[in-house]
Amino acid sequence: MERITRFTSPTVAWPADDVDTDQVIPARFLKGTARSGWGEHLFADRRYDADGRPRPEFPLNRPEAKGARVLVAGRNFGCGSSREHAVWALQGYGFQAVIALSFADIFRGNALKNGLLPVAVEESTHARLLSAPGSAVTVDLEAQKVTLADGMGASFVIDPFARYCLLNGIDELQFLLGQEEAVAAYERRTGPLSGGIPS
Amino acid sequence: MSEAGPRTLFDKVWASHVVVPATAHTPAVLYVDLHLVHEVTSPQAFALLRERGLRVRRPDRTVATMDHSTPTAPRRPGVPIPIPDAEAAAQVSALEANCRDFGIPLHALGSERQGIVHVIGPELGLTRPGMTIVCGDSHTSTHGAFGALAFGIGTSEVGHVLATQCLLQSRPRTLAVEMDGRLPPGVTAKDLILALIARIGIGGANGHVIEYRGPAIRALSMEERMTVCNMSIEAGARAGMIAPDDTTFEWVCGRPHAPKGAEWEAAVRSWRTLPTDDGAPFDRTVRVDASALEPMITYGTNPGMGIPIRGTVPDPAGNATLQRALAYMGLQPGEQLLGRPVDVVFIGSCTNSRLSDLRQAASVFAGRKVAPGVRVLVVPGSQQVKREAEAEGLDRIFRDAGADWRESGCSLCIAMNGDRLEAGQYAVSTSNRNFEGRQGAGGRTFLASPLTAAAAAVTGRIADAREMLR
Repeated sequence: MERITRFTSPTVAWPADDVDTDQVIPARFLKGTARSGWGEHLFADRRYDADGRPRPEFPLNRPEAKGARVLVAGRNFGCGSSREHAVWALQGYGFQAVIALSFADIFRGNALKNGLLPVAVEESTHARLLSAPGSAVTVDLEAQKVTLADGMGASFVIDPFARYCLLNGIDELQFLLGQEEAVAAYERRTGPLSGGIPS
Repeated sequence: MSEAGPRTLFDKVWASHVVVPATAHTPAVLYVDLHLVHEVTSPQAFALLRERGLRVRRPDRTVATMDHSTPTAPRRPGVPIPIPDAEAAAQVSALEANCRDFGIPLHALGSERQGIVHVIGPELGLTRPGMTIVCGDSHTSTHGAFGALAFGIGTSEVGHVLATQCLLQSRPRTLAVEMDGRLPPGVTAKDLILALIARIGIGGANGHVIEYRGPAIRALSMEERMTVCNMSIEAGARAGMIAPDDTTFEWVCGRPHAPKGAEWEAAVRSWRTLPTDDGAPFDRTVRVDASALEPMITYGTNPGMGIPIRGTVPDPAGNATLQRALAYMGLQPGEQLLGRPVDVVFIGSCTNSRLSDLRQAASVFAGRKVAPGVRVLVVPGSQQVKREAEAEGLDRIFRDAGADWRESGCSLCIAMNGDRLEAGQYAVSTSNRNFEGRQGAGGRTFLASPLTAAAAAVTGRIADAREMLR
């Protein structure tokens, strides 16, 4: 796991509300078994027409979107399916953070486990970001603060343990594996599940 | 919440699975009783285990099946089942190899216990009250119908559970949904949950575990309760739960993995302590009068965009999300959906593919024919559901009407296996998601109950099934 502290990048905005993970990556692309190679399918049905040509009006296809590592989304981003492929597709495309009004629970958890920062901001900050399309932001995980190009700063809340893991390059699995003694004690205390599981 | 005071069903199940309590710096370590695995969200998790040289900690608490990308075309017994899509075939083989290498029981394609993961868990008696159950699939909320705490996880967490049988979890808030009254005739569990989501919105339960309560819930069968809990995620909820009662115990009793004899008696005694204590506090409460509900149908591109079957498409009034949804669906504000022609009808999915769903659909199909030009897929949720439906002749009713009777799987709900809508087609579906392209790129979905879907199949139009039941 790579450490994340702070980064600065231009933004690209697609501020639609309730963008579900089927929009982030349609299910027909989920047949792969690898962790990589998902970026090209990001927002596939929005980005490309039925013949696979980029739709010029889609924000990611505009020339000024090139190089943006921060996506500005709307409310309840990432709702629907639990597919982590949605996070892999955003990262595969090059995004390091999504700034939104709010996130769906499973998406937020998946994002944090992969080091894609889900940054929830207030409406005033959001409006300010949208009023300066493409402008750069600095996302500072350590200070839990986003700073806009105009110098305005806004703090954001992030799960403290996920933040600790990301700042220190630790993954949660490492931490869980370290709990083995407590898990074994729990299993001794609770005994086998009545009825047993598979035959 | 005080540990000594009255507690909710959720509080009790949560507390009994905390391995290490949360601290100011770390979330709780929560034990997982049952981990269900399928082919789409697991390969990268198994790869992680291999990379790090880890074993599956509790293969005896892990069960796999294949459902999402598997074909549902009719097949002959004893003949190998072809998977025409090479990528899907590779994914299915990967699951077989992973289960073999890590010692996980697998109900593979072609086995008599194969089926949609959320259908086979309950029917095998793997799903029981008071358990924690997870799966790399958001509709894991289905199992909450038994008074289990069941939720969907991503692939990283699939890896965590495989390796440690635990998850790091922050405690969610609780939402009581009080369902008063009784559902009127012809109004089903699917209508009830669609009405709730229409009311609170698709993010309306974000951060919460829902407990469905009240007389309208107590009156539901287990299969109806599963339909309700299944769609909890469509309101954004972490999970949905229903307190176990005699309906639950009767349904679980005698299933292959259910406890037997004295163990059963002891289990039921402990399950009876699970329901929410009187006066236990919830973070939020929503009340719904079930007796005022009508059959529901969605008009838009998320499950919260639902209206009564005789209602009209709302005016977006400047709401960009709604405007986009109506444009995608090809609908006008103020328009009635009733009478609108449809191309495809899908009866199936983890929401509505159980025996009672098929019986309801068959009650409409009986003595009627599928309308000309309409394609109808009836996809049982599992091989067991298929056998039971065939034993009572439901398959003949569907076939005689002109519907396709398929093999079990997720099929047209997620359109990964070759079953899909063509661009522009309209479908009435008993599944759970009407997102753009969900049933195939450009396809347009109306979500509804099995009764409404069957009525659309035989009339070729969106119809009020209540008129056909009289």
